[in-house]
Amino acid sequence: MLAFILRRILQSIAVLVAVGLVSFSLFRYVGDPINAMVGQDTTMEEREVLREKLGLNDSAPIQFLRFIGNAARGNFGLSYRTSEPVGRLILERVPATLELSFCAAVFVLFVGVPMGVYTGLYPKHWSSRLLQAVSLIGISLPTFLIGILLILVFAVMLHWLPSFGRGETVQVGWWTTNFLTWSGLKALILPAITLGLFQLTLIMRLVRSEMLEVMRADYIKFARARGLTNRAINFGHALKNTLVPVITVAGLQLGSLIAFAVVTETVFAWPGVGQLFIQSVQFSDIPVMAAYLLLIGLFFVLINLIVDLLYFAVDPRLRSQGGGARVAGH
Amino acid sequence: MAAASGLSGWLHRMTDSDVWWSFKSSPMTVAAAVATVLIIAVAFLSPLLAPHTPFDPVTLNLSDGLKPPVLVSPDGEWAFPLGTDDQGRDILSSIMYGTRLSLVVSLAAVAVAMVIGISLGLISGYFGGTIDAVIMRVADVQLTFPAILVALLIDGVVRGLISVKRHDEIAIFVVVGAIGLSFWVSYARTVRGSVMVERNKEYVQAARVIGLSPLLIMVRHVLPNVTGPVLVIATLNLGLAIITEATLSFLGVGLPSTEPSLGTLIRLGNEVLQSGDWWITVFPGVTLAVLVLAVNLLGDWLRDALNPKLR
Repeated sequence: MLAFILRRILQSIAVLVAVGLVSFSLFRYVGDPINAMVGQDTTMEEREVLREKLGLNDSAPIQFLRFIGNAARGNFGLSYRTSEPVGRLILERVPATLELSFCAAVFVLFVGVPMGVYTGLYPKHWSSRLLQAVSLIGISLPTFLIGILLILVFAVMLHWLPSFGRGETVQVGWWTTNFLTWSGLKALILPAITLGLFQLTLIMRLVRSEMLEVMRADYIKFARARGLTNRAINFGHALKNTLVPVITVAGLQLGSLIAFAVVTETVFAWPGVGQLFIQSVQFSDIPVMAAYLLLIGLFFVLINLIVDLLYFAVDPRLRSQGGGARVAGH
Repeated sequence: MAAASGLSGWLHRMTDSDVWWSFKSSPMTVAAAVATVLIIAVAFLSPLLAPHTPFDPVTLNLSDGLKPPVLVSPDGEWAFPLGTDDQGRDILSSIMYGTRLSLVVSLAAVAVAMVIGISLGLISGYFGGTIDAVIMRVADVQLTFPAILVALLIDGVVRGLISVKRHDEIAIFVVVGAIGLSFWVSYARTVRGSVMVERNKEYVQAARVIGLSPLLIMVRHVLPNVTGPVLVIATLNLGLAIITEATLSFLGVGLPSTEPSLGTLIRLGNEVLQSGDWWITVFPGVTLAVLVLAVNLLGDWLRDALNPKLR
């Protein structure tokens, strides 16, 4: 088991180094750090001096190590677009994205899993069939279209909820939060539903098919024969055994939430990291793109690692074998 | 004569197969197939069928602007059945041309992904060793990120490398390349897996013994045996590619508004959504949703129909 964990951590580090290399080559070779810092009338000599001073003439491996060292201290250079430090730009926007993703994840788990259990337990019931059909449509609707439709209905036609921005936020230390004001909470509803709907349908369908499979197993029949209550069977035995694949997918979907936050934030003019990333792509603001790539890489690698380690917590079979078999890979 | 009997023989073989039977017995799949064929046909015949040429400025008249759809409002005109946008462009015609562009881009992107993925998968599976390890590690790293982020990143890098003016001219190739490069992994993995099974079978060993080159063995002998799973991935990928293209265009980093795809149309409509002119956004959106739903249904059916475990 220890060997498996060590191997997984080594793999994660390798992936991070690869992502760091891509990010570094973006920063160093696609963009030109000098151009971003000086005006048009700077002479070639002055540029060369600056180049030497910044160490841009050093060998690539040394520059790479320096880039990683700076990145670890949150120093990603200046944005081409706003000339502000990239680290600060991103840090200012992290709370908005994390709060949005958190709300979407809560929505996905607390609505998606019960819906999946229900449709799995009563697959023939008309409401299950309806949910199943609606979920198919949910999978086929792109995120931005869901957002637009929600805005159209709840903001433009009914005037119930705001269609853009975070509303009023409260500053807690350096963190700005939506959770402490009424308008902030209201502003969260539509974006969180938009962001979560696709994953919700995915989780629901997954839990449903896992439940259908588990309910046919012998130990469920046996549990019934022992006279256990339906409640104990459904949640104590059946749901528990569907958890391994659900955790995998839920973990990986957490990553997708952050990725699709890019789209949702654009639709709702939500001032998060994703919106910053889209603006940086539109203006080819290379330092911001490089920093975003590195951050998101770190985030994804951590998620994957945690998901793998969670298997041990959920599945006792893995602990006894000590093997590294992924139960349900992607 | 030989060609005719070949065709009828092929038709007979098709209508006699398990796959055809499973197709016929699923009304949902037949409906999806009809919808897909219909949308594709209308889209590619748009120069003939569309009532207007919406992106030729000469034919536009600003006084036709913002007409609502005919069936919901007395202000509508039959000349513009689904209404017009603020420039006076006919929504129906825009959708037809836009769908064509979306389909061309997505099909090309899937083709690019297939060519890259199949080639790397064949090489990886057939040769094994270091080259296999390198390709598969790259695939692993890329798979850590969702395809949409990879596509966005490639798009952003290309924008950084070329000027803005040039970018609009080659935008379509950039989008095709970005989506293609973000989808190749699933083909490579599937093909590699199948090749590793196939390469030890007797027919491949026999081909090797008679001295055929590795390239010929891979393309002529191994490849035909992995077409089933590749076809399934391609169909499911087409739906994803359509969504990805629409998302890129919606975010303003895909196709330019001079040559709008469905995603671009939705973005343009979204900019005036607050004023309540819903039809500019909703009709392209519905078209997109129906197209993706139909393609996805076909993909799901194909996956089940070609899966021997489910028979």
